[in-house]
This record gives sequence, structure tokens and C-alpha cells, in this order.
Amino acid sequence: MKLRRSMLFLPGANAAMLSTAYVFKPDTIMFDLEDAVSLREKDAARILVFHALQMPVYRDIETAVRINPLSTPFGLKDLEAVVRAGVDVVRLPKTDTADDVKALETEVERIERDCGREVGSTKLMAAIESASGVVNAVAIATASKRLVGIALAGFDYVMDMQTERGDGAELFYARCAVLHAARFAKIDAFDVVFSDVNDDEGFLKEVDLIRRLGFNGKSLINPRQIDLLHNAFAPTQEEVDYSRRVVAAAEQGERQGLGVVSLNGKMIDAPVIEHARVVLRRADASGVRQ
Amino acid sequence: MKIVREALAGTLESSDLMVRIAPRDGELAIVLQSEVVHQFGAQIEAVARDCLARLGITEALVVIEDKGALDCVVAARVQTAVSRAVDEWTADWSALS
Amino acid sequence: MTAAIRERLVGAPLPQGLEPFAGVTAHAPHLATRESKYGRKLCKSLEDAIRASGLKNGMTISFHHAFREGDKTINHVVDTLAAMGFRDLTLAPSSLLSCNAPLIEHIRSGVIRRIYTSGMRGKLAEAISNGLMEEPINVHSHGGRVHLIDSGELTLDVAFLAVATADEFGNANAISGRSRCGSLGYAMVDAARARKVVLLTEELVPFPNTPASIRQDQVDLVVKVDQIGDPSKISVGAARITSNPRELLIARLAADVMEHAGWFEDGFSLQTGTGGSATATARFIEHRMVKKGIKAAFALGGITGSIVDLHKKGLIGRILDTQSFDAVAARSLAENPEHWEISTNTYANPTSKGACSDRVDMVILSALEIDLGFNVNVITGSDGVMRGASGGHSDVAAGANLPIVVGPLIRSRIPTVVERCTTVVTPGETIGVLVTDHGIAVNPNRPEVADRLKAAGLPVTTIEDLYARAIALTGKPQPIEFLDKVVGIIRYRDGSVIDVVRQVK
Repeated sequence: MKLRRSMLFLPGANAAMLSTAYVFKPDTIMFDLEDAVSLREKDAARILVFHALQMPVYRDIETAVRINPLSTPFGLKDLEAVVRAGVDVVRLPKTDTADDVKALETEVERIERDCGREVGSTKLMAAIESASGVVNAVAIATASKRLVGIALAGFDYVMDMQTERGDGAELFYARCAVLHAARFAKIDAFDVVFSDVNDDEGFLKEVDLIRRLGFNGKSLINPRQIDLLHNAFAPTQEEVDYSRRVVAAAEQGERQGLGVVSLNGKMIDAPVIEHARVVLRRADASGVRQ
Repeated sequence: MKIVREALAGTLESSDLMVRIAPRDGELAIVLQSEVVHQFGAQIEAVARDCLARLGITEALVVIEDKGALDCVVAARVQTAVSRAVDEWTADWSALS
Repeated sequence: MTAAIRERLVGAPLPQGLEPFAGVTAHAPHLATRESKYGRKLCKSLEDAIRASGLKNGMTISFHHAFREGDKTINHVVDTLAAMGFRDLTLAPSSLLSCNAPLIEHIRSGVIRRIYTSGMRGKLAEAISNGLMEEPINVHSHGGRVHLIDSGELTLDVAFLAVATADEFGNANAISGRSRCGSLGYAMVDAARARKVVLLTEELVPFPNTPASIRQDQVDLVVKVDQIGDPSKISVGAARITSNPRELLIARLAADVMEHAGWFEDGFSLQTGTGGSATATARFIEHRMVKKGIKAAFALGGITGSIVDLHKKGLIGRILDTQSFDAVAARSLAENPEHWEISTNTYANPTSKGACSDRVDMVILSALEIDLGFNVNVITGSDGVMRGASGGHSDVAAGANLPIVVGPLIRSRIPTVVERCTTVVTPGETIGVLVTDHGIAVNPNRPEVADRLKAAGLPVTTIEDLYARAIALTGKPQPIEFLDKVVGIIRYRDGSVIDVVRQVK
């Protein structure tokens, strides 16, 4: 199972960032062709990202590209370039309905056939940025087998809701809706960008909230936030110790052919064992929380 | 393809380059300035010539001001400059990779 | 009165070589008047001081570079010497920087004939790399400079030492007054060794000026000048604070190495140097020290605000400061009783009776290039042009228990890890660990360190692997072409020649 805690956004027109960002080792690198690129540099960024995606250093890391909406003159051109360049995940912005996802899937499949890429190998992610998207979240999340996750994008959403970013109350319903849709569809859920890169305390507070809600991860705009995020997602030493004992007991029970496993006299059932495995996987990826 | 107008691509930031392309009759002239010209000048020019050849550009003046860009960035900027300097550009991605 | 005393010697033959008493002022003529007793060292102008120093054509003049890019003294003095018609001088500052570009004209016109320095930057360095001088310059380390003086190779005839405050007797420091550069570690060496010591002070203060970094019994002449340097420019250039995420990544890895390499115990010692990653490492080491409940006994070397911060938090017991790299460090030297000023002889001279560099556990060092043998170049760019400084690099590398070199694997398209360094300044056998943004390489001569870092889960690989990664990104650089003419001689800290720099083609 692919771990997606950190999605680092890089402006698609910035040659220096594209040339070096792999060293930060986020779980996913997101090349942005949409909001981070000015209208007159859309063509340049598209070609630059096309080349960056093919750099050998990005083979060991999941790559994603946020394309422009298909309703713009740029969206389809972006898609032609990045699918051919071998991108792992295409992120669709401003997804309002399941049809937006289906339209994207149709185009992706056509391009895959055109360029000889294995059909179905391009994964998708949908960003929900409006009241319509939140209301349709379940339909969106279940619109395509290619979807690996849905993401809430805060800026456009609060505008659409006629409010502004605050203490998080303004996002509460949307976060829960996106999260439930993702869990229902058995895909990942990602939280919004935290834009003040100098406010580590505020960032960690938000990370703590979304981790406890159940999000898989978060979009990031500064590499410095990666370690903070990964550490916050790392289990504590006690959680790791307990999970090790649970898994050891489960494995022992399995070897002995026992249907019911117990630890310290208490029965541990399948969800507990599965949760312990998740905790250990997180510890493998993130270490133990410092 | 034929270069019909002057066009620019890229920036002068570190790890990037600025490519200026202009119509020129009868020859393909490349003028290269680079911070790393002693170590990588020949390689940068080779990448630029390869990109131009694959796009069928045989006549042009190409002025490159390089700030230590990697090869793939050089290629991207040269291709972008060409795409802006020709009539009716349609990306043939297999010729660009 | 003298005559009356002399009568006492009548009939008493003196042993050969002894002279009879000739009066109180015979050998101390300045005691004759109140004015000369107090003011004999004071000169009205720099020209007067130069004349009084006895400087002649062909002699050696020395300076300190504690103001770094803000220095106003070296150029001013050499301009004055040129106007006075001096020629064929040897210039021996502790180092030179970009701000010293005006020296090019004085080299062309023959005022300066030879140069000893720790380093050079900017236009001056480019001009010398391109063959400006007939004689090659000598590049020494900070400790090695003191050794060259003590060994007799480098004789300082007149030292022109910029100080923020001095009294008329020559007690001087740079922690009081307007233009405070902090430690006078370099100047202390010259004050103790030069034949004539001229202080250029921005402010004259009443006697006795304390603390006396430079003491009255070392000083021949004192002259007040308008400005010795701009302390706000000390941290321009090499010494800077970073918010660059790649430098922060390297700094964090370097702190990981410090934590796990085997010396992270109560009472350890460290030097973090300057440069973006090096400075940031001090910040990353802080919470590891708190977590483990340990303190460092001392920090050495070029001192920055981030070291001072740890000292103020009680995490570093004492600071031994040979050069203050920012205003925070300079102020701390004035205010914190356990922040001590040390000369570069005490800091790092291999032939001094005791160098602090031999007592450091871990040091963070920079590199322009490091090769497969861990040899380090901090002088020439990979285009062959000089643009750096030897500094304390080879000194502390030789003395410290674990020298750690930090740097990005590539800088734009320039690989830092190379097959063979353009110039060797520090021999690879003294380097313990290389930390890059692509991973860590441990010198094969330190297998125990490699084992500890691997056990801690750090991304340890080989330097060959890092080299391969660099070349995969940048392509293999073509070799730089040089002419035969030698423009720089790289002196190891013991005075031996470790490499030469040739003129670039």
C-alpha cells in the first residue's frame, strides 16, 4: 500500500526547484501546472514538467501533476504531455461532479492507447474546491477505478462558501464530507495546504487535527514542512511497542492455528491486529515520533 | 519547421537558462554563454542542436545564456523557444522527449 | 644630578660591555616631557605613522581581515602607501575578500609584488588566477600563517592593525566603540610578532582601555582614522543564515551525524564554522542536546550568533573565539564572561605550544569540491579560478576527532563530489564524513563511524556512489585547461606545499 502523507507542490515553471526537489523525499511530488504558473508560461511549464518527469531521479518517487481544468485551453495539452511522460498520478483541479472525473478518464485512456502506455496505469486524484464538489464527494470518489484519492483544496472552497480561512471551523463539514467519501470509496483523503511556512506551531496544530480526523496526508508548499508532517504522523513509542506485541501474538496464534488470539489475557480481534499493522507500517516509514 | 519570428524562453535564474531564437537564412548559428562553459559548453550545445534537429529546424540564430541548467532543462527551454517562434505549433511529444 | 651619580663610578672599572648610567631619559627619551611621555605613539596622520614605522620598499606589511567584506583598512593603507611612492611590498593580510578588488591597480603598478593570504574572492581573485602577478601568491591556513611567521619565512615588518578603540598607549579591542568586529584573533598574532605595530583606531579612549586584546607593550604607533570597517558587512558572503530548504536538509543530516557518530556525550566540543548549512547545524543540534541532557564543554573557531544562542541557553559552556562572524557574536564577546577571545596561534597553529583545534571533537567544514579520496578543495572553483579561502579548514580537519564536510551534491550544474579535486587544500585522510543532500559517505579509514551511522538508520553510502549520482545528473565535466604558469602555491598548515594553482587558459 502506497503511503501518501506528504504531497509537495512545486511550481511547474521553476527549473531550479524541479532540478533538486527529489532530495526532500516527500511521499508524492506534485508538479503544478495550474495556479502556480502564469498564463504566459503555461506552455513553458508544460514542456519543463514533461522533461522533469523523465529524470531518472524521479523514478524512486511518486510523481503527480496538477493539470489545468479540461475546460481551459491548457488542460488537455497538459494531459497529453504528462501521460506520455509517464506521470504516476494526474490531479484534476476544481472537480465539481463525477462527470468531470469520467471525462478525464476517457481522455487519459485515449492517450494511453495513443502512446502505447499500459491502459489503466495512469492514476487519478480529484481535488474538491467547491460546495458542489463537497456535496458530490461520494459520487466523485467512486467515479473511476483510477482514483487513488480525493483532496480538499481550501482557498477556492472558502471563497465559494462566502467565508474565509480561520480556525478550521469553516472547513469542518468539507473535511468530514471528503473524508467519508474517501473512506467509503476506499481511497486516500488529503487535506488543504497550510500556507504560512514560518508558522510551524500553527502547521503542527492543523496536522494534529487532520491526523486525528483520519486524513492520509496533506498538500505542502515548502519542503521544510515535510519532516514536521512525517514526524507528526509517526506513531509514538508506546503505540509501536504495543503494536509489536499485538502482531507477534497474532502471528503466534496463526502458527498455532488458533481462531482467537489474546494478549495479556485480553482477546484481540481482526481490526485491532489490522490497526497494529498500520501503526508498524507508519513506524517503518516515519520512525517513532520525536 | 521554420522560425518565423523572434521568441524567448526561460529565465536567468540559477539552474535555468534563457534561450532567444530568431529567423536566420541559410544557417543554424548557436551562440552560447554559460557559467559552466569550460566544463559543459560542448554538452549544452550538443543538446540544443539535437533538439533543433529533431524539430526540423535547420535555419535559425539561437542565443543561449545558461546559468548552470541540467540537460533536460536546456532541452525544455530550447523546445519552448522554438514552439513560440514557429507558425502553428502542435506538440509532437515523441520528438520532444 | 646625573653627573653626581656618575662620580660614584670613578675608579670602578666596569666589566666590558656594560655602560655607565647616563640619566633617566638616556634610553627612555619620551620621559623627558609630559607630552612625549603620554603621547609619543600618537601620530597625526596615517602618513606620519607610515614614516615613523620605518617602512621601506620591499618590506612586508600585514593586516587582519576580521571585518571581512566590510574592511576599510587594507585598501586605505595600500592606497596611501602607493601615493607615498612605496614599491615592491609583500602584502600579508590574514585574508583578502571581494572588497579588496582595488588592490589590482596596486599590483599592476608594482606597489605590491608578493602576497601571502588565506584566500581571495571576486575580481582580485579572478585577476590573479588569470596571471596578474609575476610571483605566485602563497595561500596558507589560519594556523599555517602563524607557523610561516614563526618559522622565519614570513617576516612582518609593519603590521597595520585596525581596532575599534585604543588609548594613546595602544591598549586596544574591537568589542567597544562604534565599529565592533569582535575578536581580534588574527591581529593578536601580528601584534605579538611584527617588528613595528601600527594601530589604526576609529576612536581614541582614555587610558587604560580594557580589555586589551592588543596590549600597550606590543604597540609602536597609534593613529586615529575616520573608519576602519563596516561591521554590518561581516556576515555578507561566506557567513550567512539560511532559509534554503536544501541547506536545511543538509544541516539536519549533519546534526544526525553529530548525534550518532560516537562523540555526542556530556562535555563534548564542536566547531560549526560558517556557510549556510554549517550555521544551521548549530540550530538542529540544540534539541538533540536537550533531549539527551548533555552540554558541550566548548565551541571553537569562527563564531556565529547560533553558537552564542546555544551558549546563552547553557548548552555550550565556553566559547573560544578567533573570529566573530556576526554582530551577535561580537556583542557576546563583550558581554558574556565565558566567551573568550583567542589568537590564531592558540586556535590552530600546528607548531604552537598548544592549539585548540587539537581538542575539538566534531567540526563542520565546507567544500567547493571533494574527491573520491576525500581530499577537499576550498580555493578554486571547478573552472580553475580562485574564489575561496583555506581558512581553518586543514587546521581543524587535522586536529578534530571527527571532521564532517557538508555541501550540496551539485550546485546548479557543478558537481561537488568529483573524481579528482581541481586543487587540494585539505588531505582526504583527515576527513571523516561527507554529508550531502543525496546521502552520507564515510571515509573508509573510519569504519567504526560508518557502523555507528548505519546502526542509527542514517542514509550512508559510498563516495563513489555519490559521485556516480552527481555525474548522472550533470554529465561528466570536461577537464579545465590550464597554462603552465603557477599563480598560487597552496601551503599545508606545516608550511609544506600541498598543491599549486596554475593560470587558467
